[in-house]
Amino acid sequence: MNRVRLGAAVGAGKGAGLATRLLRRGGGTALPGLVAERVHPQLVRDLGRSLGGGRVLITGTNGKTTTSRIVAEVLAGAGRPFIHNREGSNLMRGIASTLLARASLSGRIAGAATMVGLFETDEATLPPAARALAPTALAFTNLFRDQLDRYGEVDTVAALWRRALEVAPRDATLILNADDPSVAEMAQGWDGPVHWFGLDDEAFATAGGGAYDARWCGCGGDYAYERRYFAHVGWWRCTRCARKREEPQTSASAVDLGLEGASFEVAGLGRVGMPLTGLYNVYNALAAIGVCRSLGLSDEAIVAGLARVKAAFGRQEVVELEGRTLRLLLAKNPAGANQVLLLLRTIAAKDGGASLNVALLLNDRFADGRDVSWIWDVDHELIAGQVARCWLGGDRAEDLAVRVKYAGWPVPGAVAHEPARVVDAILAGTAPGDQVFVVPTYTAMLDLRAELARRGAVSGAMD
Amino acid sequence: MELRVAHLYPDVMNIYGDRGNVIALRYRCEARDIRFHLGQVNIGNPFNPAEFDLVLIGGGQDREQRRIAGDLVGRGPAIREAIGHGLPALAVCGGFQLFGHRYVDHDGSIIPGIGVFDLETRHPGPVADRCIGDVVLETELGEVVGFENHGGRTYLALDQAPFGRVRRGFGNNAVDGFEGARHNNAIGTYLHGSLLPKNPRLADELILAALRRRYGPEVDLAPLDDTPERAANQNAAAIAIRRSRRATG
Ligand SMILES: [Zn+2]
Repeated sequence: MNRVRLGAAVGAGKGAGLATRLLRRGGGTALPGLVAERVHPQLVRDLGRSLGGGRVLITGTNGKTTTSRIVAEVLAGAGRPFIHNREGSNLMRGIASTLLARASLSGRIAGAATMVGLFETDEATLPPAARALAPTALAFTNLFRDQLDRYGEVDTVAALWRRALEVAPRDATLILNADDPSVAEMAQGWDGPVHWFGLDDEAFATAGGGAYDARWCGCGGDYAYERRYFAHVGWWRCTRCARKREEPQTSASAVDLGLEGASFEVAGLGRVGMPLTGLYNVYNALAAIGVCRSLGLSDEAIVAGLARVKAAFGRQEVVELEGRTLRLLLAKNPAGANQVLLLLRTIAAKDGGASLNVALLLNDRFADGRDVSWIWDVDHELIAGQVARCWLGGDRAEDLAVRVKYAGWPVPGAVAHEPARVVDAILAGTAPGDQVFVVPTYTAMLDLRAELARRGAVSGAMD
Repeated sequence: MELRVAHLYPDVMNIYGDRGNVIALRYRCEARDIRFHLGQVNIGNPFNPAEFDLVLIGGGQDREQRRIAGDLVGRGPAIREAIGHGLPALAVCGGFQLFGHRYVDHDGSIIPGIGVFDLETRHPGPVADRCIGDVVLETELGEVVGFENHGGRTYLALDQAPFGRVRRGFGNNAVDGFEGARHNNAIGTYLHGSLLPKNPRLADELILAALRRRYGPEVDLAPLDDTPERAANQNAAAIAIRRSRRATG
């Protein structure tokens, strides 16, 4: 390739990054990548493949941001050089700008030979990312219905992932959720190494509920479950062919979920604790442990990294406002929202009675998905008897009002589009010392955070 | 009184929050002390339409629709006959397509439907845009709001009545301005998911038609406080008017 042209691409991209930062638009994450991609389409390929410490792609409907963050924390603690695209930049241009930010004007990344490339990758971006970066490992967290107006059907996403595996190096390691049969399907026809992760804790088995996004095996047989944790995730087998859940190399048992964090046993690591909670975060931790193990990181580094990890933006963020503790729990799709509700139910069960203060915020902008029908696939009924007060916000607050009315929640303290009105109502309906769980969609979370920043409760920075 | 609802293929045809329609019917019955009985009909289950007052079917993924189509065709004559005798039904999205004569894929392959409605659906091919967005309809039951997301284009026979006229959105085929289909008390539509929660009058019309058919024409429904439902309807209509296309045709 032509070094001069690549240098020009890097220069143009860096200039755009500087200009973006000067304009204070989004911290300069996406634009430089966009410019460099146009100037030099080979940029991602050449810079990305120079990373000799391993190139990891992490994808899935839910949990890819948190999983990537845990891996980053372990890498940082272990002193391994790495680059990592941050949240909101998991498309090709975000990956490009991440690479570009570390490249010199000569088109090289200093120390690339031992550097790890850690890339959170949008589901639909996986094929081009795999083609460009020749990953050494690909991790799949789960596959659920998500913003069908943007991503299409679950089958469409699975087909994209299979296409990515067709162009990935044959010796790459797949890190797969053994409990999600759709993710497990990625191992079919894969000759390279597979690292399975899964959950072994009967206490979390449920009778099922919610929308199942995987009903049939590729052979046409129904899935049967020895244990179902949530949705289609659990100990499954096909009733027609021989496919079944694989025994995982990385497995969690004896899970304890608290308000401030979770702990669980992992064979080889002993009891590990982390300041993230919810069964979904246990799965994220397992995916991250699988990635770390595939990168050859030590058990000590993995345990220490998990203990240090901080929640990603808006995911289990804690905000103090006038003596109230607001706990932000992002939920973008039915599976994510149901996981949050299950966590709230677990917390409420420890307190007893109708103890929960809950604010739901629903937007229908492009990043949220235009279609809000998905709220009818969420089991708001799960915590109907445990909600003491609720507030509903966002551009589609009225849709939530009907949803929770039919779910048997108490009459909301507010149904309002404007974040300021929702926050005022929360303050009016609670006292100092109270705790409020806030469950927003992505852009609703941005709006709420801006309002909280205006009131001096959070810093305005993106993280 | 009691309302017996048959939900066809609930585990499969449920892709866009179609469960919301069941939740709305149940709420609006139980709030009036009408017993709500839900019968779930899956592939291979026995199903006699005469034992039900209302039939629901939602939408599924392509693979799923192909899978239930064969089973549904076997039930076609019984469902057609019951609807011919006034059985109320709501068929949404993929279920609506299968309540027509056939679905013709862009490669010419055909999924047979059951012909409750005199219509067929054709897929224009992978390069054609899907019809996605907020919708406002003008129907015999007033303004109806919802969200559509479909690749297939549906064409009504000349004497087939639509469910409504499109004010905002695409409708059956983005050209003729029709949305859905109506035959006796059966309604087919592309508006999925939260259709009945946000359109309480439509939900009540279906319940009332079902109860009158069973208990006699003097049956009436006690009014409910629909303040939140009406607010959701008006908000959705305002959003559709702001950002969805004006209908053609
Ligand atoms: Zn099978």
